[in-house]
Amino acid sequence: MDILLMFLKVFAVGGAICTVAQLLINYTKLTSGKILVIFLLSGAVLQAFGLYQYIVDFGGSGATVPISGFGYLLSKGAMEGAKESLFKAITGGITAAGGGIASAIVFGYIFAVLFKSKSKKN
Amino acid sequence: MKTSKDCVNQNYLDFVAEISPKTNEKRSLLRAFWVGGFICSIGQGLRYFFQEVVGLTGDELASYVSIVLIFLGSLLTGLGVYDRIGKYAGGGSIVPITGFANSVVSPAMEFKTEGYIYGTAAKMFTVAGPIIVFGVSASVLVGLIYFVIYRIF
Repeated sequence: MDILLMFLKVFAVGGAICTVAQLLINYTKLTSGKILVIFLLSGAVLQAFGLYQYIVDFGGSGATVPISGFGYLLSKGAMEGAKESLFKAITGGITAAGGGIASAIVFGYIFAVLFKSKSKKN
Repeated sequence: MKTSKDCVNQNYLDFVAEISPKTNEKRSLLRAFWVGGFICSIGQGLRYFFQEVVGLTGDELASYVSIVLIFLGSLLTGLGVYDRIGKYAGGGSIVPITGFANSVVSPAMEFKTEGYIYGTAAKMFTVAGPIIVFGVSASVLVGLIYFVIYRIF
């Protein structure tokens, strides 16, 4: 039952974040790249004030899977690193987000080389 | 001459207005909501799997979930499936981390004709580049500010 409730929260929070993005698409002329940057920075700034943690505690993957969760991870890593040393304050963010960045680059390159673009066939 | 040209333009504009897909705003919001929520639920499912079955915890757990989702996003983009999801779901497919993977693979495939270095490898970062630039800059800034705060107080 707990798990079911958790999935409900994840669905609601994740869906709500994506709906905000759709609102931006419908009512502004922002491109998807700009929307991604806005969400990323929102997550990073909210976490810099310790706020995004509340959304993550409530919504689990619903808050961490959207790109704002990536910003959250970067800020969180930097804040934890800052407790230890200046060096870790600078590297902490990238260390925390390293798995995501490395896999996006490696998988991205491999699949881009393996597959052909289908945009012209439709 | 002028009148016929205007006439053609007007007909053309009418034609464009007629065949352009009418964005049903409420429906697009609903689609973004359920697809976005569904992708996040897959993430939560993966999280339970890595937690209960594999026994991971903390940052490692979160990273593995992201890695698998990025793998799936890249693969589905390569297969041409993700673009179809994108047409249906809009924001619901862009904002999740799978959309980030899509934004890496999609231009990289498109520009493969320009070569594996200046085509694929360079164009991977047309959308992902700004995200990494702003993300890393923000994290360094946050780290430095917190470092100063921790040292003073």
